[in-house]
Amino acid sequence: MRSRPKVAFFDFTGCEGCQLNKLNLEDHLLDILEQVDLVEFREAMDETAESYDIAFIEGSLSTPSCIERIHDIRRRTRILVALGACAATGGINALKNIHPIDDVRETVYGSEKYRFPTLPALPVSAVVQVDYEINGCPMSLPEFLNVFKALLMNKTPDIPDAAVCVECKLRENECLYDRGMVCLGPITRGGCEAICPSFGQFCTGCRGLVSDPNRQAMLDILTDHGLSLNDAKKRLLLFNSHSLNPSSGLTH
Amino acid sequence: MSRNLHLNIKHLTRVEGHGNIVVNVTDGRLERCELEIVEPPRFFEALLKGRHFQEAAIITSRICGICSLGHQITSLKATEAALGLEISEQTRLLRQLLIDGATIQSHILHAYFLAAPDFFGKPNAFKLLTTHKDVVLRALRLKRLANDIGDIVSGRAVHPITPVPGGFTRLPTETELNALLKKLIETGRPDMQATVDTFSTVLDDIPDFTRETEYISLKNADTYAFYDGDLFSSDTGSATVDQYRDWTREFVVPHSTSKHCRHTRDSFMVGALARWNNNHEQMLPAAREAAQTLGLKSSCHNPYMNTVAQVVESDHCLEEAIAIIDLLLTRGLKPEKPNQQPTRYGRGIGATEVPRGLLYHDYTYNRQGNIVAANCVIPTGQNLANIDADMKKRVPEILDQPRETIQKELEMLVRAYDPCISCSVHAIQVTFTGGAPPA
Ligand code: SF4
Ligand code: SF4
Ligand code: SF4
Repeated sequence: MRSRPKVAFFDFTGCEGCQLNKLNLEDHLLDILEQVDLVEFREAMDETAESYDIAFIEGSLSTPSCIERIHDIRRRTRILVALGACAATGGINALKNIHPIDDVRETVYGSEKYRFPTLPALPVSAVVQVDYEINGCPMSLPEFLNVFKALLMNKTPDIPDAAVCVECKLRENECLYDRGMVCLGPITRGGCEAICPSFGQFCTGCRGLVSDPNRQAMLDILTDHGLSLNDAKKRLLLFNSHSLNPSSGLTH
Repeated sequence: MSRNLHLNIKHLTRVEGHGNIVVNVTDGRLERCELEIVEPPRFFEALLKGRHFQEAAIITSRICGICSLGHQITSLKATEAALGLEISEQTRLLRQLLIDGATIQSHILHAYFLAAPDFFGKPNAFKLLTTHKDVVLRALRLKRLANDIGDIVSGRAVHPITPVPGGFTRLPTETELNALLKKLIETGRPDMQATVDTFSTVLDDIPDFTRETEYISLKNADTYAFYDGDLFSSDTGSATVDQYRDWTREFVVPHSTSKHCRHTRDSFMVGALARWNNNHEQMLPAAREAAQTLGLKSSCHNPYMNTVAQVVESDHCLEEAIAIIDLLLTRGLKPEKPNQQPTRYGRGIGATEVPRGLLYHDYTYNRQGNIVAANCVIPTGQNLANIDADMKKRVPEILDQPRETIQKELEMLVRAYDPCISCSVHAIQVTFTGGAPPA
């Protein structure tokens, strides 16, 4: 890679929380900025560019113009990284996919619904080739830094795949199941250092599923701990509606 | 004067979300002048249907990363009102502390990174690094500090973890609060003072423009209202929060995926300037001093001054955060479990002053504790009609200026409102009041 690779950030349908999170890198951010040529970042700057070495994509694809834009970016970038749950897995946006789309639009815009075209919310990988994915809602900053630094050094970044429970046990947290709560830690891909259980809150599965998830076992655990089968399925779908799409049999 | 001017500023930079400014002047006649909102809608109200009360705030937090705390708190208030969940005084104080942190974070980000480049004549804040490195570093330090409040009290500043219906899943320790207090006093105060001084040097770059409008905010007898209060309008006085539908009459316009709002006039304003105009007497003394340094008059009708009002509010929030932590430490933190035993099921409305203005969440729950109807009205949606009205007054006033000046002034005007367009497209409601007015 040349000494100053051209880096760009693009946001699609999301909450911009991942973009905002980057500004929390502060000193690291300034270090990185010295090593790269930041050529496009609409939220923070006016300029644009023709081609990139690394394009970071935030947000899901949810309109016809999103699809056009992502193809255009893919053509112009060497490496494409999906940043955050919305881009990597569809995230919370994909929840709308489990409702019939016309109902969704009608709920929001009433009789004006046809004015605003929308598609199911898709992860970037559903439309173009994605080279790396950084999970989380919001994405994890240490992971972002690791991937970014690896790419700058032309290395292949490590992407975590152990379950949240593994990290949770390493931190010696009391398991939430022992406190009468339910938690998606057993089936969720780690890399966040089990931050939610460490703060006493259940894991919602925001980092997506581990690569070989045992859905039935997870549903059994949830129903054994008091959730109805329907509520258990709903809980699983919160951040994972795209991967657990209706044809997987999880919705009815 | 007879001039033709056609501006179409696509994907306006340095704002949250996606908007275009469109201006058409033919033979000196203003034909079109509006902020087009092209952000893809995300349909949160629909996503909330059928969801359990423990999940509502987790979902709505994702409406907006910058306002995630505001959405979360407002969502919790709506859920608690609907389910009859009482919260403790300690929970209330911790939530107010979180709001202080989130407000400083959002205001500082906007004032320094999104608005200030215009004042310093730079295309972005990174370019400021070469000429004003100390200013950029100070901004990052203040942002970090505001973030620390969120990290310590809520686990994470973006999409907070610990605030849940009825309380918190984990409380900060007294050691953590002591360390935070020290930082707020030792680095926060001098950095905030320096911020006020920096912005006092750019006041000449703020366009001299006046358009009086209706200012709407919460009002609270005890304090400068953020966490709760009654509705208050500079035109009509007070009303209870359950009147909010009449105060935000929404309508769909063709040029925006976000709905527009009106109350008694064609448009109104919410946000820092509206809060300042309605409640400035309740600001803490340090912040009132800052207002004086920054030339913010007690009744200010220049929307460009919204950024200045944000700086003043940041100062207020810093002082309030210091006072709250002091109080919590004096009283001692009591271990408490969140109160999650509903005493009723029905409808509840939450209204909070978030950085950009008044935010409403309105939920109805069934007996299983699942949502059957939801409505969110977001500050930027409430401001959109007012932004259009300001532009319509401003363009003819500056029509003899070069095109670049007009473009820059309009961009600055839109930015001054700190529009959160990613939020605003969820300013959506289930039922419709009337059709769309002509474009
Ligand atoms: S992944 Fe989460 S934090 Fe990131 S843009 Fe999507 S909703 Fe926001
Ligand atoms: S709290 Fe959740 S993540 Fe931690 S061990 Fe228990 S199930 Fe796993
Ligand atoms: S604990 Fe679960 S919900 Fe929390 S950040 Fe990690 S994966 Fe996401």
